[in-house]
Amino acid sequence: MSHRLSLCQAFVFLLRRDLLLALRNRAEYAMPLLFFVLVITLFPLALGASPELLARIAPGIIWVAALLAAMLSLDSIFRSDFDDGSLEQILLSAHPVAVLVLAKVTAHWLVTGVPLLLAAPLLAEMLGMPGEAQPVLLLTILLGTPILSLIGAIGVALTVGLRKGGIILSLLVLPLYVPVLIFAASATENAAAGFDPSAQIYMLMAFLFLSTSLSPWATAAALRMSVS
Amino acid sequence: MGDFFQMGGYAMFVWPSYALAALVLWLNWYLPRKQHDRELRLLKRRLKAEHK
Amino acid sequence: MFLWFHKLGSPPHFYRIAGRWIPWLTWIFLLLLAAGLYGGLIEAPPDYQQGESYRIMFVHVPAAWMSLFIYVVMAVCGAIIIIWRMKLAEVVLISSAPIGASFTFLALVTGSLWGKPMWGTYWVWDARLTSELILLFLYLGIIGLHNAIDDKRTAARAVAILALVGVVNIPIIHYSVEWWHSLHQGPTVTKFGKPSIHWSMLLPLLLMALAFQVYYVLALLHRCRAELLRRERNSKWVEEL
Repeated sequence: MSHRLSLCQAFVFLLRRDLLLALRNRAEYAMPLLFFVLVITLFPLALGASPELLARIAPGIIWVAALLAAMLSLDSIFRSDFDDGSLEQILLSAHPVAVLVLAKVTAHWLVTGVPLLLAAPLLAEMLGMPGEAQPVLLLTILLGTPILSLIGAIGVALTVGLRKGGIILSLLVLPLYVPVLIFAASATENAAAGFDPSAQIYMLMAFLFLSTSLSPWATAAALRMSVS
Repeated sequence: MGDFFQMGGYAMFVWPSYALAALVLWLNWYLPRKQHDRELRLLKRRLKAEHK
Repeated sequence: MFLWFHKLGSPPHFYRIAGRWIPWLTWIFLLLLAAGLYGGLIEAPPDYQQGESYRIMFVHVPAAWMSLFIYVVMAVCGAIIIIWRMKLAEVVLISSAPIGASFTFLALVTGSLWGKPMWGTYWVWDARLTSELILLFLYLGIIGLHNAIDDKRTAARAVAILALVGVVNIPIIHYSVEWWHSLHQGPTVTKFGKPSIHWSMLLPLLLMALAFQVYYVLALLHRCRAELLRRERNSKWVEEL
């Protein structure tokens, strides 16, 4: 009996495997979400809970927290596979590694990005963000968090073999994250002030398409280098 | 002459800029040369030790 | 011609040829620098609006141009490393990084010193300054990643990928003053059609830019030679030196 899987089947298989693993390690994956909420609550505590101030900086706070939470969660993309050898198996498979990488990154986004999407409206309310801005906020999170996972995957792939990989990872990945932060926060702020955010939203879409098509290749190349 | 150094009152900004540029240029020339000479000396010493 | 280029790719050849070029390049650099400084500091008249402080431009702009140029060189080396695994490209990439970082740092600081009398502030978070700062972080990331990986050939592949991924920042920096309303001055030299800068200021600027270019090659050759010695210390041609 042939165990040859088609590309589509391989993609779904890897996706399902990662989701299952995440489900079983729920505690580990809940931590970035908890971190997200905690960081956001730090700001009113530090800055004094003046409603106008908080409402004005709410988009920025939420997005910085999302960025930090994403960075915290990045390690889980490849580390456990690297440690137990499954990463090498993935690299040795007959399927193009870039597609398999895309499967893993999709799983990562579903587990770490989507919870942020669900938590954001509540936190936006807590910070007093005007109601008109909230749909735009959710749209930026929907578009932005996959970009964070995709670009972050490149950084993780580059550093997964290193001892102090975590610290270097932040240094590498943050400069690449900055454009996403700028456009996402700017879009939400514009919406909050009543202006049109579509220019920034289009930029985010462009980044999303760019990173979806290019970053799996870069990640695959980096993985091959790291595992060699 | 004094005018030149004063730079129309902007001396505090112009001269440090040029000084920093000079420092950067000098360092990027000096440090690799020092490294190179050090490597050469190390290799010479090693070769001598091997031929003994 | 192609054969010469191919020979250049071999470390011992490159080491020798670089050694021969260095004295010439040093003199050319010093000449260009003297001409540029004379033209910029002495010959060129004070600016109508900015007085004498605009003279910072003669180091700030060439430094900024070099910071972008060197990163593009590194990205090209990165592509060469990934496709052909050429050893010399690895050496050029990692030797260029500190030079590029220095120029980026210089551009940021001289820009700051120019901004204080002009705009009243040392720093502003506009598009060009912010993206130039990100460029500095990218350089530092490349240097850091290369240091963190022990095997230098693997390290070269890693930074090659990083350099290529970061190269999207370069057009962002260049076009940022056109895309966003910015405090930073718009393009004056690379505009198509006549540049809107007077010749007496443009000439020293170009001389300084050329001087910095020659300097980059000079500093690069020095660094490459040192790096080659370090990497190939166990090989025959080094012993024969």
